[in-house]
Amino acid sequence: MAELATFLAYPVGLLTIAGIYAVMCLGLNVQWGFTGLFNAGIAGFFAVGAYTSAILTTAPHPDYLGGFGLPVAVGLVCAMATAGVVALGIGWLTLSLRSDYLAIATIGIAEILRLIVKNEDWLTNGPRGIPAIPRPFEWLPPFPAQVAYLALVAAIIAVIYIALERGLNSPWGRVMRAIRENEESARAAGKDIMRRRLEAFVLGSMIMGLGGALMAHSIKFIGPEATEPLIVTFLVWVMLIAGGSGNNRGAILGAVVIWAIWSMTELVTRQLPADWALRSAYLRVFLIGLALQIILQRASSGLLAEKPPKPIPLDEGEPKGRSRG
Amino acid sequence: MLEFVNFYLIPGLVLGSIYALGAIGVSLIFGILRFAHFAHGDMMTLGAYFALPFIVTLGFSPYLALPVAMLGAVAAALLIDRLFYKPLRAQPSIILLVASFGVALMIRAAIQFVWGPHSHVYASGFQMPLVFSGIRVAERHIYIVGLCILLVVALHLFLTRTKTGKAMRALSDDPDLARITGINTERIIAWTWALGAMLAGCAGVFVGMDTHVTTLIGWNMLLPVFAAAILGGIGKPYGAIAGGLVIGLAEEVSAYPVFGNEPLLDPTYKSAVAFAIMVAMLLWRPSGLFRGRVY
Repeated sequence: MAELATFLAYPVGLLTIAGIYAVMCLGLNVQWGFTGLFNAGIAGFFAVGAYTSAILTTAPHPDYLGGFGLPVAVGLVCAMATAGVVALGIGWLTLSLRSDYLAIATIGIAEILRLIVKNEDWLTNGPRGIPAIPRPFEWLPPFPAQVAYLALVAAIIAVIYIALERGLNSPWGRVMRAIRENEESARAAGKDIMRRRLEAFVLGSMIMGLGGALMAHSIKFIGPEATEPLIVTFLVWVMLIAGGSGNNRGAILGAVVIWAIWSMTELVTRQLPADWALRSAYLRVFLIGLALQIILQRASSGLLAEKPPKPIPLDEGEPKGRSRG
Repeated sequence: MLEFVNFYLIPGLVLGSIYALGAIGVSLIFGILRFAHFAHGDMMTLGAYFALPFIVTLGFSPYLALPVAMLGAVAAALLIDRLFYKPLRAQPSIILLVASFGVALMIRAAIQFVWGPHSHVYASGFQMPLVFSGIRVAERHIYIVGLCILLVVALHLFLTRTKTGKAMRALSDDPDLARITGINTERIIAWTWALGAMLAGCAGVFVGMDTHVTTLIGWNMLLPVFAAAILGGIGKPYGAIAGGLVIGLAEEVSAYPVFGNEPLLDPTYKSAVAFAIMVAMLLWRPSGLFRGRVY
């Protein structure tokens, strides 16, 4: 039993992190896949969620705000709420403009959030980060606790998946697709474009914040160096596009596949001599970027293509014009 | 007052000139190809690194290495366009934005792979500034601003006097009409990349001369450069120049202790200035100061 536990610890850990990425990927799918909103600041919403939950659930500490010792469930809900508030502000400012502006604005907000995390010691403990974040099920022995946390992540994915599938097939989801495909005709049909976009942006960002909180509880530490923001943002993007943007199952599958490739190649490169291990880390980023380009050019629908809701009164072809976004 | 000129105004002008070079490229590319080129910052970094072996290993002066950085950046931009952007030209332009986001990370990873993650300097040691009745200016700052002006004048002549330049402006103003008149779109696109990359390569070398060369210099400039392009009005290269100067000055002056001894804004939050100006501009006048286009 003990041997089985050590043997399974790696895949369980891998699947947990992949599952957390799947949560963020589902969030991006609401924004990009459904509605065509470009968010380049995923890491910012991730950080907001992670820090909110960390501050609320850790034990009191003299150096930084927090130590409220609240239950993890409260942390997760509040993480979603704060990420949603940040998204509401930024979305309200930029969503009425073309999506390029939103993309630039999300880079800006992610950068400012990164600076806040790094410099506001009273709030986030600065570069030292927040340690000793509680993880649910810690009263269990280590391995069952790990499995239980994986089960919790899986359950959260299932809830988000079912909710999004229902949303996508409802009139709400159809309006989203209509806006993405042809904004003018959606407006002509009397749809409130700005409001629907704002809903998608806030909802997606809330899910990303939840992902951040789940990550903080999983690795039990959050700091500016805990994750590299751009890599997080980029990985989520590659996951969604590889898995199939617009398809919730594709988003989950893409997260698992890309994360498995990403962390298993790290396992290989770590065996190399120190100098080469460092260099091959960059090679991995380069290759994942190249993979994104190849998917965009050769297989733009991803592993699981988008399935329009039934019945299908819409033309399935890719839009050729500049109407998207 | 002298302190303000020496430590805030002059650095602001230098930074602003560098931003302007980047913003012109972003603005031209947005005007012709209709997408926000996210890899523009990393193209600047590429220029800075192309110059590095010539300055550090071969001992050239940074000014002599400028043409090398420019040519290197142009070659890289044309290759990247051919490999990654051209196949997606028929797609909605937002797909190009996704691709350029990927290209940005690929460029940076390639630089880190070849040159390593450490920072480099072109020249070490302290250079005595020149003093004009109390106003202190570093020699390199005079050259940077002077060369920026020279480049901008050259660009102006290119856009207004040459056939290619005029075709470029026509394509930016009205793509369909331009095509009807027989303008070769692909050729103009290649010219756009060449001009944008040339200016970006120079901007990268200037940053390297002013501070040091790291793999993040370009990414850190991306936000102010976009802010400058939006401020000036997208598709308006002259607006981009003004936008660059405004953003550069605002970032430096924001640290000036207007009230008492505390800086107006903690310098660590400099990049928030560019962001704030950009958001304010998008709300108040999305077409920019110079009535560019709103896409």
